[in-house]
Amino acid sequence: MHRLALLRPHPVLMAILTGLVFGALLLLLSGQNPLRAYAEMVRGALAPRNWNNTLVWAVPMIGMTLVAALPLRGGMVNLGGDGQLVIGGFVAAMAAIYLPLPGPLLAAVAILSAMLAAGLYAALAALGQTVLGIPMLISSLLLSYPAIGLTSWAAGFPLRDTATGLAQTLPVPEAARLPMLFGPVSTGVVLMALVAAVVVWADRRSVPGYELRMRGLNARFARYGGVPTARQTVTVMFLSGALAGLTGAIIVLGTHYRFINGALVSPGYTWSGLMAALLAGGEPLMAIAAGFFFAALQTGGFAMQREIQVPRVLSMVLQAIIILFVSLRNGRGAARKEDRS
Amino acid sequence: MTLLNAFTVNATVQSMSPILLAALAGSLCGRVGIFNIALEGQILVGAFASIAGSFYTGSALLGVLSGILVTALFSLILALGTTRFRGDSIVISVGMNLLASGLTAYLLRVLFDTAGTFSSPEIAEVKRIVIRAINTTPWIGWIFSRQTPITWAAWILTILVTLVMFRMPLGLRMRGVGQNPEAARTLGVNVERLQLWTVVAAGALTGLAGAQLSLGTVGIFAEDMSAGRGWIAVVAVMLARNHPAWAAFVCLVFAMADTASVQLQAQGLPNQLTDAVPYVITLAALVMGSLRNRKRRQAALA
Repeated sequence: MHRLALLRPHPVLMAILTGLVFGALLLLLSGQNPLRAYAEMVRGALAPRNWNNTLVWAVPMIGMTLVAALPLRGGMVNLGGDGQLVIGGFVAAMAAIYLPLPGPLLAAVAILSAMLAAGLYAALAALGQTVLGIPMLISSLLLSYPAIGLTSWAAGFPLRDTATGLAQTLPVPEAARLPMLFGPVSTGVVLMALVAAVVVWADRRSVPGYELRMRGLNARFARYGGVPTARQTVTVMFLSGALAGLTGAIIVLGTHYRFINGALVSPGYTWSGLMAALLAGGEPLMAIAAGFFFAALQTGGFAMQREIQVPRVLSMVLQAIIILFVSLRNGRGAARKEDRS
Repeated sequence: MTLLNAFTVNATVQSMSPILLAALAGSLCGRVGIFNIALEGQILVGAFASIAGSFYTGSALLGVLSGILVTALFSLILALGTTRFRGDSIVISVGMNLLASGLTAYLLRVLFDTAGTFSSPEIAEVKRIVIRAINTTPWIGWIFSRQTPITWAAWILTILVTLVMFRMPLGLRMRGVGQNPEAARTLGVNVERLQLWTVVAAGALTGLAGAQLSLGTVGIFAEDMSAGRGWIAVVAVMLARNHPAWAAFVCLVFAMADTASVQLQAQGLPNQLTDAVPYVITLAALVMGSLRNRKRRQAALA
């Protein structure tokens, strides 16, 4: 029995395999060679000369994965990642452009104010639940729309860079930009790696991390055990939003060098990140791995489209199928255990 | 009163029917204890399948039917996933939304060799019913004339679903399953089968919603054209606590806010701001509703 259990393939691996098989069928139906498409994807994501691309995609992806994973660990869902992301990006751009501070200090202040603003915005959704009883799923999602609308309006009208003709703000000054450190590794990569390490540590070793996990396993027990769940909700959402703010700031200060209308939302980091976090059930280290995997799928998708004209949205389809199969297998596994007891 | 004229009233009724149909679907699922937040993706699948069906057959009716059928099949993921496989409805729904968005965009490129939007003279749109006798009559004509059969169906279905849910044995069983599946099982109800068919039927409704969105208005398909309507339906369902008639009322408020935002845009306000108006109003309604509830609870305690 024991040996058989070991031989049984891991559910996530099985789901990935199923996703790939389904994707191959789709490719065959559309008259493409699946092996060639997948080979292009792997090369596009993992060949050394493409590491830079993959990392540029992976940093916001992992950021938004953590944004989703943190509340998920405690059984909460933050659907407002997009709103928090644009607020972070916008505030970072504003601070960097309009604050009269020298060099590295300017970048630091821009990042911190982005985190603060996005964190407070996310905390608003949490207060909606704890004070007003509006489910956070809804309050966080609804708060996204005005945030996107306001920033997009600001970038399109009062704060528009009239020299370019696009809906975007002025470029951030040279001094506030996050530099490349070595090879494909940027400051953003290092920042995100540090933050990810802190999140993993806090989840495993700190008291608040323990309390959050306890709540995820059994909210009633956590409350009985003395966890102040209302305060915890607000704190966790503040941190989750702050991570989204950091992600937005890294994109704006490290890649785009200005706030461009729609550029933070349209790649779909938030939803892909939520998928990755769900895939791992909120466990940060696994979520980061899943986020990285999805980022590789995305950059691979770009290469596939460039090289053999297979639409890159295929990587989105693969992600969705993988998450669906993982959730079904998890469910069935749980059901089996239930039946046995 | 430039806000209320023949055009805006007519447009409000027309634009709310996809949301209304989706909200009906959501309240059906909610009643049997399955929290469906895949409405956004379901509408999108319905819109795509309707356009594709209409394009290939040249018939609007067959287009609508294929929208209904394909979306019902698509809903099997949620139906089987939450019953047979006992998966989490939120995870499955989020996966379905992503799948719908990705798959429709992929098929758009592969089948129709286009990105963004697909339009073609070969797409047969759903014709609107013009009632000559009242066509120009204020209010009555604005509301009832020049609407698609799908809009009519949406309102009839609202009444029907409400009746079934609260006046029929089937509805009693559904509510029982949602409230206490164990008790329902003890009384001989096949809980899983009822959940499964309810979710599939709800899927058919969202397919109709998608058909109205694509074939009933402009006759084109655009990527992610559901544009948050499914989420608004989710909000309506939650606000109405799975009551179809109340959900319809919430949809109406939302549709009026939506029309108002279009009007504000015509007054020169930038669309980035007006697009957010319906969501802000919904949020304000939620806040006000909960404040009122709290006051009532405090009054009851005192």
